[in-house]
Amino acid sequence: MRFSLFSLARQALGGHARWPAQWRSPEPKAAYDAVIVGGGGHGLGTAYYLAKEHGLRNIAVVEKGWLGGGNTGRNTTIIRSNYLWEESEAIYELSVKLWETLSDELNYNVMYSPRGVMMLAHTIHDIQVFKRHVHANRLAGIDNEWLTPEAAKDFCPPLNISPKLRYPVLGAALQRRGGTARHDAVAWGYARAASALGVDIIENAEVTAIRRDASGAVEGVETTRGVIKAKKVGVVAAGHTSVLMGMAGVRMPLESYPLQALVSEPVKPVLPCVVMSNTVHAYVSQSDKGELVIGAGTDVYTSYSQTGGLHVSAHTLDAICDLFPTFRRMRMMRNWGGIVDVTPDRSPIIGLTPVPGLYVNCGWGTGGFKATPGSAFVFAATMAHGEPHPIAAPFSLERFTTGRLIDEAAAAAVAH
Amino acid sequence: MLLITCPYCCTARPESEFRYSGEAHIARPLEPATVSDDDWAAFLYMRTNPKGLHAERWRHIHGCGRFFNALRNTVTDQILKTYPAGTPRPGLGAPAEGGR
Ligand SMILES: Cc1cc2nc3c(=O)[nH]c(=O)nc-3n(C[C@H](O)[C@H](O)[C@H](O)COP(=O)(O)OP(=O)(O)OC[C@H]3O[C@@H](n4cnc5c(N)ncnc54)[C@H](O)[C@@H]3O)c2cc1C
Repeated sequence: MRFSLFSLARQALGGHARWPAQWRSPEPKAAYDAVIVGGGGHGLGTAYYLAKEHGLRNIAVVEKGWLGGGNTGRNTTIIRSNYLWEESEAIYELSVKLWETLSDELNYNVMYSPRGVMMLAHTIHDIQVFKRHVHANRLAGIDNEWLTPEAAKDFCPPLNISPKLRYPVLGAALQRRGGTARHDAVAWGYARAASALGVDIIENAEVTAIRRDASGAVEGVETTRGVIKAKKVGVVAAGHTSVLMGMAGVRMPLESYPLQALVSEPVKPVLPCVVMSNTVHAYVSQSDKGELVIGAGTDVYTSYSQTGGLHVSAHTLDAICDLFPTFRRMRMMRNWGGIVDVTPDRSPIIGLTPVPGLYVNCGWGTGGFKATPGSAFVFAATMAHGEPHPIAAPFSLERFTTGRLIDEAAAAAVAH
Repeated sequence: MLLITCPYCCTARPESEFRYSGEAHIARPLEPATVSDDDWAAFLYMRTNPKGLHAERWRHIHGCGRFFNALRNTVTDQILKTYPAGTPRPGLGAPAEGGR
């Protein structure tokens, strides 16, 4: 069923009691042409593009919990493409272009809001790094501009640019096309569109083993809802990737850390854009419900606990209170953690693995929500053709052996 | 905030006194010139990242300054044991899920 003004009016007359389920919940079949492990945005998007762009419709997404219950539904939804290296610019910019038309493409409102992402500079080093980004981005045709502190305050009035701050705002890099989107809607929208194309979405099915045949190639997966055969398996499991790849005997260059976020009580519109500061470590935007959505840091140690230490959140709130004194008396309503899969160079891993038929898309760490459409698009092409899509190719697992790292880590220890 | 017992200072102190230093028991190759690219990648980048027991290095940076190892459950964050650097991993608990 398509969403339209007409369907809305008709359902309104029926008291909104007859909206159908947005995706089917079938029993798993014994075999599929391909199985995607992980029902986050990247996995569901991969299934959608496999069906839509490559005509693979006998496929399933297997999710251990509920759709978007991983990092997709836990993130602070910052979207931008002003990364430093050409390889990163290509994939993040592809994503931003896809975001711009995603609601139409899926016939589902993902609430993409290009309200501008402003990254604050507080030290001479920050200024040099951000200006380098601005120039690199301009060469790649990606918008990113340098603002003086006064111009930053014009763009974002509640910002404190007093020179008396411990880390005063010395300027900012602004990507006007950056912004936010509704995280759940991205998972649901892809799920609904994929399901309509025939993709089976199987929730509450945890993959417990990856089966391989005598030649070593993938044969299928064992799940808590039975064995599912498939010659192609794509692991898109974020923080749990090492565990899943371990089932196929593959060691990964990943470490899983808890990353936290929190939201305030809802207030009237007060913050017109997204503000990020890597140096004092604060990330904040305002949701359409009025809550401030605040990104905190990771714990220092690896963990699967999905919580995170309170002192990590408190540290971020200190920084927010300095940058936005008006927020000091606001109450925080909820905080939570997600398990992010961090690579040594802070760039993702997308592609083939040493096991024939096994593909992996992971390592998005603290900043992969923004890449959801682009990542899914190139990973679907990679799985369909059995060779890396040109934009995915530099992000191969082999780069850790060849040494061709894509070092976005130098730019920001945590890059949302 | 974890409470961590430094095996040298023999006292439990808050996590903020320590610095985390990643997976323990990864030995640097003795003859770097003979090491293959694959082995370098394994040494530099590949990590066990288990969901379960993890042997990891910590440094008591705001205390005695020394490195030591801890065995921690990455699901509950409970530290089962800390032990001096250079001593073998204690044979405690069940092996971790996944990640070899
Ligand atoms: C607090 C926080 C803030 C963030 N902020 C931002 C931000 O502002 N901007 C940004 O771009 N990115 C951000 N990120 C990162 C972003 O959320 C992730 O990179 C992205 O959502 C990853 O999507 P995914 O679909 O790969 O993973 P997920 O959504 O985590 O999906 C993986 C799925 O795999 C499932 N799974 C795991 N193991 C199994 C198994 N054995 N069997 C079956 N299923 C399994 C999980 O249940 C999960 O649903 C943030 C992350 C966190 C935690």
